[in-house]
Amino acid sequence: MEKLMLLGDEALAQGALDAGVSGFYGYPGTPSTEIIEYVQKSRQAIEAGVHRTWSSNEKTATESAIGMSYAGKRAIVTMKHVGLNVAADPFMNSAMTGANGGLIITVADDPSMHSSQNEQDSRYFGHFSMMPVLEPSNQQECYDMAFYGFELSEKYQMPVMIRLTTRLSHSRSGVSRRNPLPQNELKLPKDPVQYVLLPAIARRKYKKLIELQKDFMAESLASPFNEYMLEAPDTSKGIITTGLGYNYLREVYRDTPIPHPVIKVCQYPPPIAKIHEMYDKCDSLYILEEGMPVLEEMLKGGNFKGTKPIHGRLDGTLSREGELNPNKVAKALGLPDSYGKDIPEIVAGRPPALCVGCPHADSYLALNEAMKDYEKGHVFSDIGCYTLGFLPPYSAINSCVDMGASITMAKGAADSGLFPAVAVIGDSTFTHSGITGLLDCLYDKSNVVIVILDNSTTGMTGGQDYTAFGKLEKICAGLGVEPEHIRTFVPFKKNFDEMVQIFREEIAYEGVSVVIPIRECVQTLKRKHKQEAK
Amino acid sequence: MKKDIILAGVGGQGILTIATLLGHAALARGWQLKQAEVHGMSQRGGDVQSHLRLSDSPIHSDLITMGKADMILSVEPMEALRYLPYLAADGWIIANSKPFKNIPNYPDEEAIYAEIKAIKNHKLFDADAIAEEIKARRSMNIVVLGAAITELGFGYEEIANSIQAIFKSKGESIVEANIRALEAGMKIK
Repeated sequence: MEKLMLLGDEALAQGALDAGVSGFYGYPGTPSTEIIEYVQKSRQAIEAGVHRTWSSNEKTATESAIGMSYAGKRAIVTMKHVGLNVAADPFMNSAMTGANGGLIITVADDPSMHSSQNEQDSRYFGHFSMMPVLEPSNQQECYDMAFYGFELSEKYQMPVMIRLTTRLSHSRSGVSRRNPLPQNELKLPKDPVQYVLLPAIARRKYKKLIELQKDFMAESLASPFNEYMLEAPDTSKGIITTGLGYNYLREVYRDTPIPHPVIKVCQYPPPIAKIHEMYDKCDSLYILEEGMPVLEEMLKGGNFKGTKPIHGRLDGTLSREGELNPNKVAKALGLPDSYGKDIPEIVAGRPPALCVGCPHADSYLALNEAMKDYEKGHVFSDIGCYTLGFLPPYSAINSCVDMGASITMAKGAADSGLFPAVAVIGDSTFTHSGITGLLDCLYDKSNVVIVILDNSTTGMTGGQDYTAFGKLEKICAGLGVEPEHIRTFVPFKKNFDEMVQIFREEIAYEGVSVVIPIRECVQTLKRKHKQEAK
Repeated sequence: MKKDIILAGVGGQGILTIATLLGHAALARGWQLKQAEVHGMSQRGGDVQSHLRLSDSPIHSDLITMGKADMILSVEPMEALRYLPYLAADGWIIANSKPFKNIPNYPDEEAIYAEIKAIKNHKLFDADAIAEEIKARRSMNIVVLGAAITELGFGYEEIANSIQAIFKSKGESIVEANIRALEAGMKIK
């Protein structure tokens, strides 16, 4: 069949489509966004009626995917690593309920924090939940693991996690396709209490989950994605790679065979018996992991009683933080390293910035003017393009913690007596996790000003739509914000005085105010104009 | 045969189009490719880069090893220098000399040019001015590509075919502008 040039994200999406998935659910987040974007443009998905619209957040997305699996169909949910924190409740409990139709939970991690606030490793969550985890090392495996993941999921009636990382999600390479499978028919779970996690049933299910661990281990040992290359001449080192680590190892040896025994791990639980075999054979182990020292901790945490050294991120053989690359791997293995020239000192940093003409810029200039009467440190912000308002020339915000935290942090600060307490949140972020925080503010009549920057899109991830589009004012009014304290304006320079005036009035009002600057993102607007011109 | 190329620029300057064209030409030869891109936050006017790896044999890493890149191909002069740790001793820098100034502390241009000229194999030229001259203002990136293809071992026909294939849907005038840009770029010494 044809070979496609696909990003890792896209290869997984195409794999799931060909493997007979009935629905994709997710919320945008770098580096996972391109999975669903690909499906939204796919003729195959449109013709097959595959669900592919965005959800309000990762929790609602995961629950919808669990519901589709309950109904017997194959479902996949996608998110970035920090999105899994939002979805942790349904995620953890999905391992307890198990699956009916195949269920894949895809999480794209961002080691080195290219576009994230931390570099947490989702394999910890996978281990915590006790479900099998797949970690592709290349684009073809992304595609193949969709088939394999659904198969494994349906065989054991258990969700399966697929963990991606930035360098695979956003790297393109050739992918061969297979013959597509049909979607599942509607079919309710055989066991009518499968999804009823009342304590008595949950205890039974937990026992079952524990029993399944030996089956998952057997599957890992026999997995087509794990490789055991134990016959090698030089046993001074045994090398274990996870995910992308394998590619970097191959890269540093170029065209020469690797002289040491190597285990490539792409399916978890890790194939411990094989690792034992390597440990017995070799004088030391080197663990090359893309991400946190998940496997290294598992091994050091009691799997091996011997005294042979196990090297990795914990003992500093590899740096504790950041993604892997061929140079780091070469250095860790004591191989010759290479380096060009240092970056000349004159090279200045070029941080990302708000686009020219961005509506957020005008909103920030007006907010800064209104906040001039107070000391710094009163503006809580959130996750999105507008986080860039932290940088000069705006220097307008004082926090960026997690989706929705602007509103609730402002509330907590107001409760403690800080005045004024201002929250700045985007329209999509408000939809994701701001609404419940606003309810908290209203319940306590907290003295906060909540600025919902409405650019009519999910901007930072490239302009996706969102579920509360066009409904923000009604939502705020419906929750109980007093209509005279829901203020809107169009953020243009010419409206500067009006904007400052509105901010000042709402800061002066003792209670919950919502200010909504409304103007479309210049990027989506540009794209629309291009489309119309065609 | 392999070519490891760092494509550099500022978000929105069109480096991914260069990658697409080179990738298309490589695939037409039956080569393999890996292309690591930057998506997300940095695309908002920050520095962006793409690791493009082309080879007639299997490619393992998505990232280029530091000190091993055959070329830094940059649509902006300062951005070319940001990736010097990747450049092999005999590697090429092909760079547009027209600065993209969206930061207040942009360094002195002459100092940047001096650093680029200190690299043995380099081409430094005002691709924006050339694109303007040939009435292909939006094809600055293709001028830069044109200046690089001989050093990468590609022929005019190969890249011209890729331009045809990739830009066909955008109309004949856009194809022609990009072909003009390719030709103009190839004349740069």
